[in-house]
Amino acid sequence: MIKNRVNHSSRKYVIIAIFFVVIMILLIKLFLIQLVDQSYKTSSDNNTLRYITQYPARGKIFDRNGKLLVYNEAIYDLMVIPKQVKNLDTIAFCSSLDISRDFFNEKMKKARRYSPFSPSVFMSQITKEEYGKVAESLHQFPGFYFQTRSVRNYPYPIAAHALGNIGEVDKKDLEKDSYYKVGDYIGKSGIENFYENELRGEKGMKIIVVDVHNREKESFMEGQFDTLPVAGKDIYLGLDAELQLYGEALMKDKTGSIVAIEPSTGQILAMVTSPAYDPNELVGRVRGENYHRLLNDTLKPLFNRATSGIYPPGSTFKMVNGLIALQSGAINSNTKFPCSGKESQPIRCTHFHSNQVALTEAIENSCNPYFWEAFREMFASSRFASSKEAYSFWYDLVVSFGLGNTYKTDIPSEVSGNIPNSSFYDKMYRGVWNSLTIRSLSIGQGEILVTPLQLANMAAAIGNEGFYYPPHFIKSFSDDSPLDSVMTTKMTIDIKPKYFKDVKIGMCRVFEGESGTARFSKIDSIQVAGKTGTAENPHGDDHSLFMGFAPADNPQIAIAVVVENAGFGSQWAAPIASLMIERYLRGYIKDTKKEKRFIE
Amino acid sequence: MTTRNNIIGRIDWVLLLMYLALVFIGVSAIYAAAFNETHPNLFDMSQHYGKQVLFVGVSLLAGFFIMLIDAKFFNAFAYIIYGLSILLLLYVLVGGATIAGSRSWIQLGGFSFQPSEFAKFGTALAVAHYLGDIKTDFSKPKTQMIAYALVLFPMMLVLCQGDAGSALVFLVFILVFYREGMSGKILLAGLLAVLLFLLTLYFSKWYVLIGLMVIFVGLFFLVERTKKNIWKMIAVFTISVVMIFSVDFFFYKVLKQHQRTRINIILGIEKDIYGVGYNLHQSKIAIGSGGFSGKGYLQGTMTKYNFVPEQHTDFIFCTIGEEFGFIGSFVLLSLYFAFLVRIILLAERQRSAFSRIYGYAIASIMFFHLMVNIGMTIGLMPVIGIPLPFMSYGGSSLLMFSMMFFVFLKQDANRMNIL
Repeated sequence: MIKNRVNHSSRKYVIIAIFFVVIMILLIKLFLIQLVDQSYKTSSDNNTLRYITQYPARGKIFDRNGKLLVYNEAIYDLMVIPKQVKNLDTIAFCSSLDISRDFFNEKMKKARRYSPFSPSVFMSQITKEEYGKVAESLHQFPGFYFQTRSVRNYPYPIAAHALGNIGEVDKKDLEKDSYYKVGDYIGKSGIENFYENELRGEKGMKIIVVDVHNREKESFMEGQFDTLPVAGKDIYLGLDAELQLYGEALMKDKTGSIVAIEPSTGQILAMVTSPAYDPNELVGRVRGENYHRLLNDTLKPLFNRATSGIYPPGSTFKMVNGLIALQSGAINSNTKFPCSGKESQPIRCTHFHSNQVALTEAIENSCNPYFWEAFREMFASSRFASSKEAYSFWYDLVVSFGLGNTYKTDIPSEVSGNIPNSSFYDKMYRGVWNSLTIRSLSIGQGEILVTPLQLANMAAAIGNEGFYYPPHFIKSFSDDSPLDSVMTTKMTIDIKPKYFKDVKIGMCRVFEGESGTARFSKIDSIQVAGKTGTAENPHGDDHSLFMGFAPADNPQIAIAVVVENAGFGSQWAAPIASLMIERYLRGYIKDTKKEKRFIE
Repeated sequence: MTTRNNIIGRIDWVLLLMYLALVFIGVSAIYAAAFNETHPNLFDMSQHYGKQVLFVGVSLLAGFFIMLIDAKFFNAFAYIIYGLSILLLLYVLVGGATIAGSRSWIQLGGFSFQPSEFAKFGTALAVAHYLGDIKTDFSKPKTQMIAYALVLFPMMLVLCQGDAGSALVFLVFILVFYREGMSGKILLAGLLAVLLFLLTLYFSKWYVLIGLMVIFVGLFFLVERTKKNIWKMIAVFTISVVMIFSVDFFFYKVLKQHQRTRINIILGIEKDIYGVGYNLHQSKIAIGSGGFSGKGYLQGTMTKYNFVPEQHTDFIFCTIGEEFGFIGSFVLLSLYFAFLVRIILLAERQRSAFSRIYGYAIASIMFFHLMVNIGMTIGLMPVIGIPLPFMSYGGSSLLMFSMMFFVFLKQDANRMNIL
C-alpha cells in the first residue's frame, strides 16, 4: 500500500442496516393495510364493487333573450358487467326486455370483448316508459343495472345546423381525449361540438358495494372515493329564436339562406339554411336512421348553405367597389359616368335611368357601366405604377371586409369563398392583363365567390362605416367566463367614414328612390339601407341576392339573403330581408299582406 | 481450464438466480395487471406483456454479451460512457419528446428511451472509476468535491428536464461515499435535513419546533453534560431551527400558490382526487384488499377494473399486493433485501476498488428505487414516478437495470484475475 488508508469495510453493516430498517418499515405498513385495517376490504368475496359513472348535466343553450333552445331529457342505458352475470334465466330476461335471443347473444359477445370486468352498454337509450316496465324485475338478473343518461331536446325545431348535435364518441374521440369512455356522448357538430369542453362538465364516480343478489348495498367506504359530477356551463347565444323561426318559415320550400348579424357586436341573430331539418330528428335511437335519410336526400338538407354555399355576389358587391374607388382618389362622390343602357360597352346596363349618373344614383339603379368606369378609372390612376399594383390595392381592401377568408370563430363548416390574388390572374392570362381583362369584378361577377355569412358581414361592416367584429354565435357563458378574443377583436377597414356615408345614401335610395331596385320592399317608418343582386349562375337560373342593414343611421341588424335560382334580387331576396328586418326591429309585421306570398 | 470455463464457473449463480426470479415475477405481474382476455397469449406483441417479454429477451442478450466482454472494459471506458450519458441528457433538453409532463424521452423508431436511466449507469461507472483509482485519496476535500460534482452534474440536468423523481435517485450516492470514507456526520445531517424538510411541510413549523425542543431537552439530561457536548447540541439545534424557518419561508413566501399546490399534492397533503391522489387511494385499496394470502393469481378485482392507472408501470406492486396478499409482499421484499445484501457482500470481497464501489453504487440505486416505488404505492412516500427495478413495465428501465446488474456480475466473476 502506498498510503496508509483507513479501511471502512465495517461500514457495510450500517448500509445493510439502513436497507433492513427501510424494508422493515415498508413491511410494517403493508402489514397494517393488508391485515390490520379492515377498511380496505370488501366485506365478503361475493360482494363486488360497482363503479357508476355519474354523468353531469350537459349545459343548456339559450337564445339572446333567455329562451331555451336546447335542454336535457332523462333516458336510460341498460348496463352489463359480463363477469357478474350468473345463473341468468335468458328466456325470462329476453322476454322482459322484448328482445330476441340473437340480439342478446350478440350484445353479450360485444360486451365481453370490450371487457369482462367493466360495465358496457347492453341496450342504450331506453325511454322512461320502457324503463318503468323492466326496472322492477331487474333484481332477478345479476350483472345488469340501469344507468341514467340524458339526451338533448329542442323546444324549437330550428337552427339544427348552428346548434349541431351530440352522439356517441367514436374511436378518434377516444384516442384524442382520455376523458371519454365507450358509450359517452360528445358534441358532434355545430355549437355542441365547438363548446364541448364548456358544455360537458366533469363526470363523477360513485362506488357501490353490490351483493350476490345484485342489490346495491352501500356506498363503498362511506363514499370516501366517490366524486361528484360537475354540471356543464350554460351557453347564451346571440341567436334570436323568434327571428330564426320566422326566417325558417319564410325560406320554407325554397333553396338558399338568410344570415342576420348584430353589427355592433358581430353576434349572429339568425342563420337560416334551407332546406333544413328538425334537430329532434337526430336524437335518441332514431338518430342513425334519420341521419342516413338526410345524408342521401338530393336537396342536401345537411349542407349548411349559409356558411358553405358560395355565390358570386353580383350587384351587392358594387358598394365595395365604389368605396375602394373613392378611397383610391380616382373618383369622388360627384364624379359622373355616362350610361347608354343596353348599348353600353364593354358592360351593358340592365336598368333604365338617366344618362349621366353619380355614385348614389348608380347604387340606386345598380348601374353596371358606372361601376365599370369607376373600376377602370382607378386602374388608370396615376397613383399606381401598374395594373398589378392597382389590383393589390383593391385586393387588400376587399379582403379587409372579411371576404375570401374564414372567420375562425365558433361558426361550423365555414368555407373561405374566393377573392383571387394577382398571381392568379398572372397565371390565367400569362402575365398580360389589365382592368379590361378582369372587368367582371367591377360588377361582382367573375371569379369572386362569397358565402351568405360573408355577405351579411360585409353589410355589417358598411353599416358600421368601416369596422366589424368577426361574426359568432356565442353571447355569454353562465359563469361569465370571457369569450375567446377572436370574437371580440375589432377589425377595421382602411376607408374614410365619409365615403361610407356617401354609399349609405345610395343604399337608402335603393328603397326610397323612385327607381330604386327594392322600392317595393320599403318598410313604413324604418329606414333600410341595402342592395339587391342577381348573381349569374352558370349551372342554371340566376340567384336572387340581397344585403343590407337597418336602421340606416344606427344599424341594429345587418342581413344577407340568398334564394337560389329565383331570378331577380328585387323579387325574392329583398322582400324576405325586409320582412326579417321588420320582424326583428318592430317585433311584428305591420302589413301582413307582405308575408302572404311566403307563408301560407 | 480455458478462460471461458473459468468465467462460467465463477459466476455467482445465487445472485443470477435471484435476478431471474425478480424478472420472472415482474413479467407475471405485468401479465396479470394488463391481462386482456381476448389476447391471452403471453407473447402477443400487441399487449404490454408481449412487449415486456421481448424486453426481457433483449436484456438477457445484452447480459450475455456483457459476460463475454473483457471485464476491464467498463473500468477503462467509464468516463466515455459517462460522457455519452451526459451528452444524451443535454440532447434531450433540446430535442427530447415530452411524455407525461417531463421532457425526458428520446424517440427511436417505435421505442422511446429515457436517457436519465442510462445516466444512472454512467454515473455509477464514473464514480467507481474515479474513486477506485489508486491515486485518488477520498480523505482530501478536493477529491470529495470532484466526486460530488460527478453525481450532481447529471442530477441537475435531469432536474432541468422536469423529472424530479429521477433526479432524486442520484442523492443515494451519499451511501456510496459514506462507504468510501465520507464522514458519517454528513450522512446523519443529510437524513436530518430530509426529515426536517418533510416534517415542516406535513405539519406546522411550530409543532416541529416543539418536537425538536423536547428531543434536545431530553438529550440534555441523557447525555454527559461536557462543555463540548453542550456546544454540539446547541449548534445542531440552531441549524435545525434555521432549516425549519427557511423551508417555511421558501415554501410560503417564495413559491407561488400553484407551485405550492403541486408540491402539496405530491406529498399527499392536498388531495387531488383525479390526479396523483386518486392513484394513491386506488393503489392502497388494491393492496389492502389482498389481505393475508391475496385473491389468487389473475383474480384481483381492483386490477381487473383497471382502477389503478399506470398499474403495469409504476404501480406494478399493487398487483402483487392484491393477488398474493401480505405473504406475497413479504416474500418479494425479502427477495429484494437478500438480493441487495448479496450485492453488498459480493462487493466487499472484490479486490478491485472499482468493482467494490460500482457494486455499492448499483445496490444503492436499486435500493432507492425500491424504497420510493413501494413506499409510494402504500402511501409512505410521495407519488414520484420511478420504476420498480426489474419489475415495472418498460424497456429502457429493464434494460438499464439488467446492464447494471450484469456488469457487476461480470466484475465479480472476474475478481480472481485482478492482482
